[in-house]
Amino acid sequence: MQLALFIIFGILAVLGALNLLFQRHPINSALSLVVVMMSLAVLYWSLGAEFLAAAQVIVYSGAVMVLFVFVIMLLNAGPEERTHGSRAAYSAGIPGAAAIFCLLSFVFLKERGVFGLTTIGGDLSNAADNIAEISQMLFTKLLLPFEVTSVLILVAILGAVVLARKEQ
Amino acid sequence: MVPISYYLILAAVLFSIGIAAFLIKRNVITIFISIELMLNAVNLTFVAFAHMWHQVTGQIFVFFVMVVAAAEAAVGLAIIISIFRARKTLNVDEIDLMHN
Repeated sequence: MQLALFIIFGILAVLGALNLLFQRHPINSALSLVVVMMSLAVLYWSLGAEFLAAAQVIVYSGAVMVLFVFVIMLLNAGPEERTHGSRAAYSAGIPGAAAIFCLLSFVFLKERGVFGLTTIGGDLSNAADNIAEISQMLFTKLLLPFEVTSVLILVAILGAVVLARKEQ
Repeated sequence: MVPISYYLILAAVLFSIGIAAFLIKRNVITIFISIELMLNAVNLTFVAFAHMWHQVTGQIFVFFVMVVAAAEAAVGLAIIISIFRARKTLNVDEIDLMHN
């Protein structure tokens, strides 16, 4: 069952990413990214990360992508045109990305015996609930980093307001 | 039962597509979107490794990556809006004030 989930949503994620790459209009790219993020949420769930699957749907495909789509609509972005720079980027970008992919997959396939197999739902070493374990860790051991991220979000909000404000 | 390496290779595919889109695209918003795609691919490797070690640490790391990505998206899009106000374009080839 996990193999079926992996194949279906893995192919969906790759197709969404390729569609992101080949579409000319930014709104199509943004909506393709939503497809990738939703399929990744299912894959997180199949790896036993229920909290992250929910957070992926709410934070990424909910909040962040709404922000992207909102800005694309606000700036009325049209389809991009081919320029001289884009032809140079094609000749450098495709082989470079292919080389990085070959390197990564070579390492992963070479060491595949070390990585082992997955079991659906996942099992933590102390047989705890996933969300209970995350909250336990987040509110005791990692309390200071957790609080610092709230300051980070506050600074980001202030920065966004200052940067996007219309100058008098 | 799926080998962990399959998940890692899927993440590598998504990351490479993100790199290609980052280099090829000329629209600054689409470039930003491909950065998000690369962040998502790395998150998948974190979750796969967390599953492999039966630990929750990798998932917490993904949580922090999500927080930082949300903050980064807010600030980055604000910068894009102010660039568009000043230069009236979203094409990165035309935003070359520091080029000369």
